[in-house]
Amino acid sequence: MTATPSVTMAPTAPIAVISERRRAWRAFARNRSAVVGLMLVILIILVAVFAPVLAPHNPLTQSVPNRLEGPSRDYLLGRDAYGRDVLSRIIYGTRIALQVGIFSVLLGGFAGTAIGVVAGYFGGKTEAVLMRLVDVLLAFPDLIMGLLVMAVLGPGLGKLILAIAFTMIPRFARIAYGQTLVLKEREFVEASHALGQRTGVILYRHIAPNIAGELVVLASLWTASAIRLEASLSFIGLGVPPPTPTWGQMIREGTVYLSSLPLLSLAPGVALLLTVFAFNLVGDGLRDVLDPRSGK
Amino acid sequence: MLRFIFKRLLLGIPTLFAVLTIIFLLMRVAPGDPAYAVLGDYATDDAVAALRTQMGLDKPVWQQYLDYLGGILQGDLGDSLVTRQPAWIQIRTVLPYTLELTAAAIVIALAIGIPAGMLSAVRRNTFVDYFVRVISLAGLSAPAFYIGLLLMYFLSAKAGWFPAISTAGFDDPLENLHALVLPAITLGLVETAYVTRMTRSVMLNVLSDDYVRTARAKGLPSRMVMVRHALRPGLVPIVALTGVFVIGLIGGSVLTEEVFARPGLGKLMVGATTRRDYTLLQAIMVVYALIIVLVNILVDIIYTLVDPRMRKR
Repeated sequence: MTATPSVTMAPTAPIAVISERRRAWRAFARNRSAVVGLMLVILIILVAVFAPVLAPHNPLTQSVPNRLEGPSRDYLLGRDAYGRDVLSRIIYGTRIALQVGIFSVLLGGFAGTAIGVVAGYFGGKTEAVLMRLVDVLLAFPDLIMGLLVMAVLGPGLGKLILAIAFTMIPRFARIAYGQTLVLKEREFVEASHALGQRTGVILYRHIAPNIAGELVVLASLWTASAIRLEASLSFIGLGVPPPTPTWGQMIREGTVYLSSLPLLSLAPGVALLLTVFAFNLVGDGLRDVLDPRSGK
Repeated sequence: MLRFIFKRLLLGIPTLFAVLTIIFLLMRVAPGDPAYAVLGDYATDDAVAALRTQMGLDKPVWQQYLDYLGGILQGDLGDSLVTRQPAWIQIRTVLPYTLELTAAAIVIALAIGIPAGMLSAVRRNTFVDYFVRVISLAGLSAPAFYIGLLLMYFLSAKAGWFPAISTAGFDDPLENLHALVLPAITLGLVETAYVTRMTRSVMLNVLSDDYVRTARAKGLPSRMVMVRHALRPGLVPIVALTGVFVIGLIGGSVLTEEVFARPGLGKLMVGATTRRDYTLLQAIMVVYALIIVLVNILVDIIYTLVDPRMRKR
């Protein structure tokens, strides 16, 4: 009983998938700002990976006699209050920003999607409890939720990723929930149910792949907000503890010297802005591809 | 209408209850003993025991939970661990600053964001639209604290027009407003970007509706079509999204207050976090929860005013 449908389905399915992908890629490539964003994202990832090669100095080497020196040939963006090279610290800061941004979205994305799919598919009491919780969490600003979780967990890179992932869970859950509600009623899901497939298989093989597209788009937009949140928490002093260079913390340390040496704050800020902007551009472009009505 | 408002207020109670429970649970899952966290690892056992009694940590969890809810019902938010003052007194002194800042930012964001979004939608795919879209996406990418620093550098450190530190009290209204300008613009601009994008996409949907085309076809002037026919139905989703927008403002106000060293709820919260003042932190969270639930109810009420169809539900 499984042989017949798969034989008739097999020749058409792969072709449809390829052309759909090609169409999506063409639509994305036509969107100039999205392409610029994608190139920027790739560039930023390269900077993070090759930080030790690119950075002209060790980002942690202090030199108190040379503290707060302005830009020079050797130290293009000057030196901070401990005499460390600002440019090298910005380059290394890329690593923390990307690590936190990407891993927190992955972690929160998987957890949130699982919650949303389960709530949407099973309905009833599970749905009521889970979605009520999600709505409550969603009502709080990211920053305040992140701040609270960091206050409870204490400082550290892993904890920062956890805290930001926590703020991502309700967002992903909401979207996954809505999509699951729609998919649940579709024939192919009902059919596999009627065929007696186990619920786990239905969720994993039929529901999850079909909501992945939308979630990937949102993931790139939300990576942007995760990076911004990381910088905000670091700026408040609740991020990765010093001396590890992070942009938010550099901006904070620089505010004291804002009128004498504005580069200390403003330069890492440009790096932050560019990174968040790049991820936003890509996400916006992807969204236009999926939903042509929202874009141009 | 009154009945609707009453019903909506009643519906807020379970939500508020859920929020308060989550706050309580979050504060209790802290690894390690909060008493040690406050006193440090080298505290004597007696001191820790005394503090545990004072914080009510020696009681069973369900009792702590009931005490916490009962306290809130009576308007008692507990005492600060650091200053030993009632938390509510500290909150009350800074709350007006945050409300003032948020209100000013809302005005700025709506006054710039709605016209900019409409313009962008009407001039779709022109240079104007492209410009507005890029600028608003950049605005969304900038955290409030960075915009604040830029304004601070150019308008107060360089030009000297505004004070860099915004602590003026309410005794001198002029000076207070002067100190409010930079923080309000900072917070307002981030949200302007959000309002602009929201208005643009809502207006694009409305503009493609048949009745707008009909209004155009019968020769009404374009401005009249926009204001009378397109803006009114467009307002409905815009109002509905205002709740999200206010949540953004609350998050942004924390950063803005931090940058400008301005007193406020956000600054108090950051201070409580770094000083590990768990009871004050909890009290501030409760106040935030109240504000958020109230704002959402308010948004619902305005929503039904703008769209009478909603009243029947």
